[in-house]
Amino acid sequence: MGQAPPDVKGHIPQGVELPPARQGQRALERRRRLAAYLQLAPGGLYMVIGFIVPLAIIVYTSLSTSGLFSTGGKSVFSWEWSNYSTALDQYHDVYIRSIVYAAIATSLCIGLAYPMAYWIAFYGGQWKSTLFMLILVPFFVSFVIRTVQWNFILGTNGLIFGPLKSLGLVSQDFTVLRTPFAVIAGITYNFMPFAALPLYVSLERIDRRLVEAAKDLYASKAMAFRKVVLPLSFPGIFAAIILTFVPMTGDYVNAVVLGGPKTTMIGVIIQDAFLVRHEYPVAAALSVILMAGMLVIALLYARALGTEDAALAAA
Amino acid sequence: MSTATLEDVVTLPEAPIRTPRKRWTRFILPVFTIAMIVYLAFPVLVMIVYSFNIIPPTGESERQTTDFHCCTIVHWQEIFKVQELNHALLISVAVALPSALIATAIGTFVGLVLGRYRFRGRAMTNFVIFLAIAVPEIVLGSSLLALFVQIGSSKPLGLYVPLGYWSILLSHIAFSIAFVAITVRARVQGLDTSLESAAQDLFANPRVAFFRVTFPLILPGIVAGFLLALVLSLDDFVITNFVNGSTNTFPTWVFGATRLGEPPQVNVWGTVLFTVGVAVAVLQLVRSRRTRAES
Repeated sequence: MGQAPPDVKGHIPQGVELPPARQGQRALERRRRLAAYLQLAPGGLYMVIGFIVPLAIIVYTSLSTSGLFSTGGKSVFSWEWSNYSTALDQYHDVYIRSIVYAAIATSLCIGLAYPMAYWIAFYGGQWKSTLFMLILVPFFVSFVIRTVQWNFILGTNGLIFGPLKSLGLVSQDFTVLRTPFAVIAGITYNFMPFAALPLYVSLERIDRRLVEAAKDLYASKAMAFRKVVLPLSFPGIFAAIILTFVPMTGDYVNAVVLGGPKTTMIGVIIQDAFLVRHEYPVAAALSVILMAGMLVIALLYARALGTEDAALAAA
Repeated sequence: MSTATLEDVVTLPEAPIRTPRKRWTRFILPVFTIAMIVYLAFPVLVMIVYSFNIIPPTGESERQTTDFHCCTIVHWQEIFKVQELNHALLISVAVALPSALIATAIGTFVGLVLGRYRFRGRAMTNFVIFLAIAVPEIVLGSSLLALFVQIGSSKPLGLYVPLGYWSILLSHIAFSIAFVAITVRARVQGLDTSLESAAQDLFANPRVAFFRVTFPLILPGIVAGFLLALVLSLDDFVITNFVNGSTNTFPTWVFGATRLGEPPQVNVWGTVLFTVGVAVAVLQLVRSRRTRAES
């Protein structure tokens, strides 16, 4: 388990008798590698079975025919590419809608979270972590309950529109629920911490002296922000985009609780195809298309920042 | 500042920093931040306040209404009134605790290895973890369902997992491992490796060096990973909804119940879980502050 790190070898002076634990560095190195794989094995195996294999099964199912779209019918693999054309023919508008909603909500998330994260990181002083905590605290409430509360608040006679209607400020049949506005507002709210966290982390890391240096060089405040702070926070912005955009596109809860038939998102279609209509091959094709899109974004991102940074930002 | 003369530079080199302009615009960001905090907290406040709402009797079972009548603690007294909700909560806890424990046990090693060693397959492992976190839940949920259905129809080695408690548990472990691994890895990478070599120089064998030096240092990372796994499991809806069969967890039950209107006990339990979550988070924060102050 705990061996000396490899760079230590070079630092052992000549003629010094090594303590027993440090003898035989080379054998230790071999054992260390073995130890690494042994420790990785359970987690690696679980992730392969719980993650890689299921994704492979989904791809396999998406290329199968199933005799009956009911539970009894077994799927047979047959390179059935028509599942994909069926999926795209029937639901391309839903994909586009999901992407548009997610894009709008992602921009809103970053637009709202950035100034807030910036102010806390740069001017929060001793209250920094407390203020940031206050942002995260609401998200200790279950995702479903939070969304249900918005349904309650935005309801036709809910907390906001009830009073407005009784005052006659809004017409009686006005409603935001079941509109794109409600769905976009819902996903924006629910994914806010995923934008706020990486933004805050990247802004907080920025060395203040760089900003001061810019100002010493007669940059205005706005200029210093544009030329120093903003570029240095790009990793945070990238992380925020991927952490919000990808899950938003696949959102299910907001689309069902706050949306209506005209605001259906792809997550709802996939869920229904799997759990209600049992159209496994087409449902699997829908999932694979969503995953492929996500994979492209993830690979671009990993290429830009490296897998380590990417996952770190996710933390 | 582009019109600065030489005189300005010589006599007042620090002028641009030291004279903050007292304009009203400096209030924009703080006010905006406070407004955002209020906006983010608003649904939670509504949830808490409405747990004290007096609901006019309608003859049917109690459902939350938007009319707020202050105030009653009857829903808090009747916190266990809704049987199905109790059962769903019990399932949620019975899933979350073992799932978080197992995921922490397995994921800690993954995080340790990634943080301490360079080996072939490291980038690959990092990428799989990244994918596990970034993939949309709906895709992960549907593929896990496909896995259980496939196992159910082919029964390799005569084994299969019926949709219900066990499939929920196995799925929750699967998505938690990656989160534990990155939390521990971050902690391990921040570690000073010379501490462990120092221990070995002082004739500690590798095992002792690990358990006496490294392990205590990464323990906060492991605890954080465990708590994260616990929260993720308690909160998960999308994946659970795919693999749960007819077993309900707290989120899936609430989701189903709200189609008719939520019983006030949902607000009560939401408030309870929220309070527990906040208390644990504050405790963690205070403890990490104290250890930082001590060192």
